[in-house]
Amino acid sequence: MKNKILLLFVVLAVWILIYTNLLTITDYLVYSLLGMEKERHLTNAAHFFVYEVPKVLLLLTIIVFVVGVIRSYFSPERTRKILGGKSLFTGNVLASLLGIVTPFCSCSAIPLFIGFVQAGVPLGVTFSFLIAAPMINEIAVVLLFGLFGWKTALIYISTGLVIAIVSGFVIGKLKLEHLIEDWVRKLSASQTEIESEKITFTERIDSGIIAVKEIVAKVWLYILIGIAVGAGIHGYVPENFMAGLMGKSAWWSVPVSVLIGVPMYSNAAGIIPVVQALLEKGASLGTVLAFMMSVIGLSLPEMIILRKVLKLKLIVVFVCVVASGIIMVGYLFNVIY
Amino acid sequence: MNSIKVYGTGCARCKQLEELCKQTVAELNIEATVEKVSDLEAIVKSGIMMTPGLEINGKVVSAGKIPTKETLIHWIKENSN
Repeated sequence: MKNKILLLFVVLAVWILIYTNLLTITDYLVYSLLGMEKERHLTNAAHFFVYEVPKVLLLLTIIVFVVGVIRSYFSPERTRKILGGKSLFTGNVLASLLGIVTPFCSCSAIPLFIGFVQAGVPLGVTFSFLIAAPMINEIAVVLLFGLFGWKTALIYISTGLVIAIVSGFVIGKLKLEHLIEDWVRKLSASQTEIESEKITFTERIDSGIIAVKEIVAKVWLYILIGIAVGAGIHGYVPENFMAGLMGKSAWWSVPVSVLIGVPMYSNAAGIIPVVQALLEKGASLGTVLAFMMSVIGLSLPEMIILRKVLKLKLIVVFVCVVASGIIMVGYLFNVIY
Repeated sequence: MNSIKVYGTGCARCKQLEELCKQTVAELNIEATVEKVSDLEAIVKSGIMMTPGLEINGKVVSAGKIPTKETLIHWIKENSN
């Protein structure tokens, strides 16, 4: 126990040392060691890549670790218990917030959906959870924080929350319970209580470490590819190239971005570095935000999975409500910034 | 005869857990069947909300997790006939 905490501190110290000196290290590597000339396309791209990859990976490790430890305090069973029988609006707010911290994988979206509905969690509240959980995830937050700064990360989290709350609320008000597939409604209620053994703090730290191993192993390649594409755009695409296409003046850019984004399926790790480079070349924040949210938050594979428990009409309603929310957020930010 | 069931639709983690169970059963040298349940209705009926779920002799011991081998051995011993 003691050794483990000591080791954590050593790792943290090394982490801080590398993170704070990353720019100096990159400058040395690119300009001195590789001897690349400054202000060239290739040099700019290489510098971007060499700097961003370790930066994002460092941030990813630390945040995934912290989130992993926090998540050991939450479980779907517990979340379900909190949400059961909550009134519409309060339930939507709680569900969206819990969506951020409850462990979730879109591959278990169905058992989770049914588990919630059976326990008496209202349909709209369940949807708030299902919208917030994939959209506001630690990987998206890390990348936004690392590549755009904390303001954008905060904007993303708060607008994501608002979309999840409002969309769930609207779906709840529409009273669409009859659009749940019949076999689900016929299921006899069965709620297995998994005996939760007492977890020690050391075990919570372990679950943080496990989360780091699993997630980093899963996304590092996407991050590498994403940043490489971003580096290419950064170095070679002329300034303001995107202004006409994804800039403020193009009013149609927000809905078009969402239309392209919904069927696209990528995780945050692959899409955000690309999006950052687009922003730099004149795309506007609202448009970029809308594109990102629709790619991460609404995905075709998840719809196909959900089709097994929801009638097509409900899925269409779900997509339309969330997409409209995203479009509104996009316009709002194009107006503000 | 002990029965171990791994609930999951086919995600990578579910296969990983199935493999771990098979391996552990072989190492422990006990009589047990390891079965992968991928039928959606069966998964839902077991009451788990996160895959992979693990059931030993009718008792759900974990959901959404891949335990360490030590923990798995502990669970098997605790719930075996």
